[in-house]
Amino acid sequence: MTDVKNLEDLFQAKIDAEQKIEPKDWMPEKYRKNLIRQISQHAHSEVVGMLPEGNWIGRAPSLRRKAILLAKVQDEAGHGLYLYSAAETLGTSREQTIDDLLSGKAKYSSIFNYPTLSWADIGAVGWLVDGAAIMNQVMLCRTSYGPYARAMVRICKEESFHQRQGYEIMAVLAQGTPEQKEMAQDALNRWWWPSLMMFGPTDANSPHSAESMKWKIKRQSNDELRQTFIDRTVQQAEVIGLSIPDPDLKWNEATQHYDWGAIDWAEFNNVVAGNGPCNKERLTARNKAHDEGAWVREAALAHAAKKAKKKQAA
Amino acid sequence: MSNNPNNWPLWEIFIQSKRGLEHKHVGSLHAADPQMAIENARDVYTRRQEGQSIWVVPAEAISASQPDDAAMLFDPADDKTYRHPTFYTMPEGAKYI
Amino acid sequence: MSQTNALFTYTLRLADDLLILSHRLGEWCGHGPVLEEDIALTNRALDHIGEARNLLTYAGELEGKGRTEDDLAFLRPERQFLNTKLVEQPNGDYAHTIVRSFLFDAYHLPLAEALLKSSDAQLAAIAGKAVKEAQYHLRHSSDWLIRFGDGTEESHQRAQAALDNLWTFTGDLFTQDEVHQAMVKAGVAPDLAKIKAAFDATVDTVLSEATLNRPTDGFMASGGRQGKHGEQLGFILAEMQYLQRAYPGATW
Repeated sequence: MTDVKNLEDLFQAKIDAEQKIEPKDWMPEKYRKNLIRQISQHAHSEVVGMLPEGNWIGRAPSLRRKAILLAKVQDEAGHGLYLYSAAETLGTSREQTIDDLLSGKAKYSSIFNYPTLSWADIGAVGWLVDGAAIMNQVMLCRTSYGPYARAMVRICKEESFHQRQGYEIMAVLAQGTPEQKEMAQDALNRWWWPSLMMFGPTDANSPHSAESMKWKIKRQSNDELRQTFIDRTVQQAEVIGLSIPDPDLKWNEATQHYDWGAIDWAEFNNVVAGNGPCNKERLTARNKAHDEGAWVREAALAHAAKKAKKKQAA
Repeated sequence: MSNNPNNWPLWEIFIQSKRGLEHKHVGSLHAADPQMAIENARDVYTRRQEGQSIWVVPAEAISASQPDDAAMLFDPADDKTYRHPTFYTMPEGAKYI
Repeated sequence: MSQTNALFTYTLRLADDLLILSHRLGEWCGHGPVLEEDIALTNRALDHIGEARNLLTYAGELEGKGRTEDDLAFLRPERQFLNTKLVEQPNGDYAHTIVRSFLFDAYHLPLAEALLKSSDAQLAAIAGKAVKEAQYHLRHSSDWLIRFGDGTEESHQRAQAALDNLWTFTGDLFTQDEVHQAMVKAGVAPDLAKIKAAFDATVDTVLSEATLNRPTDGFMASGGRQGKHGEQLGFILAEMQYLQRAYPGATW
């Protein structure tokens, strides 16, 4: 098997030299599989992520907020689409990828299995969830697989308003009536820990991490990204007068980072295993949209075939 | 790639951002027919004033060079520096050349 | 009714159609039949909400009582909403959604074109932007209606059923009452008979290509323009106005 060994060496040499891998290049089967898994999970997260936020489109409290939220949730659909397209360059059809989501085989970010209970949750999701996602996405703009990196560049450009609109919602609520401030603090309390879980297991417990780092699919570890997120977000919370729900949170002069409390990994594993508050609702909603859209997709194809036939006959 | 006839085909999308510039590949999407592909491209890829003209091409119509051929195809140009204007020494003082 | 009152009412009628339709289209966001179409539909919702905001702001100025776009959207009760019954109809299946938009677009485009020549400079300016959007909307909904009509047997049946169900609500679009007549006289609004002629031509062309039958005019619904709605509107407003009603005076 010296041939494969050579190919693998060449492949790794390319990666080490910061050259992007393109769809037609030879790649180790595990690299391909790892990428398909990661990109499709990412795509599913965008699409499932439309649901908790879409939940408040009809109840947005002003027309300005309503337009912003519509545009934001629409962007998530676009991001899902870019990512499904990137996955397709690896030889997996969108149909197959989506089937895996609908059957429950594929995973998506567990954060979207939490409910949005108040308007402040829309602020918290934008500020914290998009904030955490952006940390990952900025890193992924430099990922080794070309189509994935290109999709991420586009996504990062579009995402830049998402976190800001969420933070703006929180800032306005925090300066509002006592009821509004309470709503904002309650949302922060509920979304803080799940947001930290978004970065995935600790580096010591992350099954795919070492390989992903070697292949430069990932370029920073879960723990590094999580720490940066905490350092930035604590400051932002202070500015708007909200408190982070972590009694152990403390600035550490020596490390120049915040120390913080323990994540409840049992909760994380439970939600990943399908027992989160909204796992069932999310999958049911996606399946319903897919099933009820079947006749629409068929009709469009049937009409396109008829039109092509007519054109040929003419 | 799946060629399941029950799926909408894949299209590659090219957008011209300004008159006078080239159409650039921006990504792909699914559509049942060319008209739908153009409309979808408008909604997916030009929401932020990115374009003023759209080309759509069925993905299966694109032929691509093989990475293995890259050396044979592209390296021979490496030593033909005389194709570049900087290759030439101009007498000092000569203008507009 | 004074001229200003009539203009205020007329502007609200224009605004409410777009506001309510955008609300309905927003319900699809995240639930569309295919990702590409989800995005397309949200673009329509955004166009409509943008035009509605311009019109509501203008209506507030005309009224002169300091009401903002949000006051008008979130603090009016059912009986003061002046949209047609067509736009408040539930989304139903995708055929109903497309047919509802198609019937509205076939009316909205010639209306926006006519308003370009309105004697009211502000309405003319708002129409200037709306025309381009409405052209695209009509193309989008026509294309889909043709795909459904001339697609599969199932899609054909669904499209015909949607047409038959929704046709009665087009009556509201072309009802000319005293307010409207005053606006026509002042050169603000077009004669709806002219808009109807354009609407008929579009409907006939598209339905013929879609191999669908134009329903015959039977009982035609009306009353929306006078604030007499179906039962659905109350639920739309209960959802839409919830936060503003629950926390009076709060800023968001």
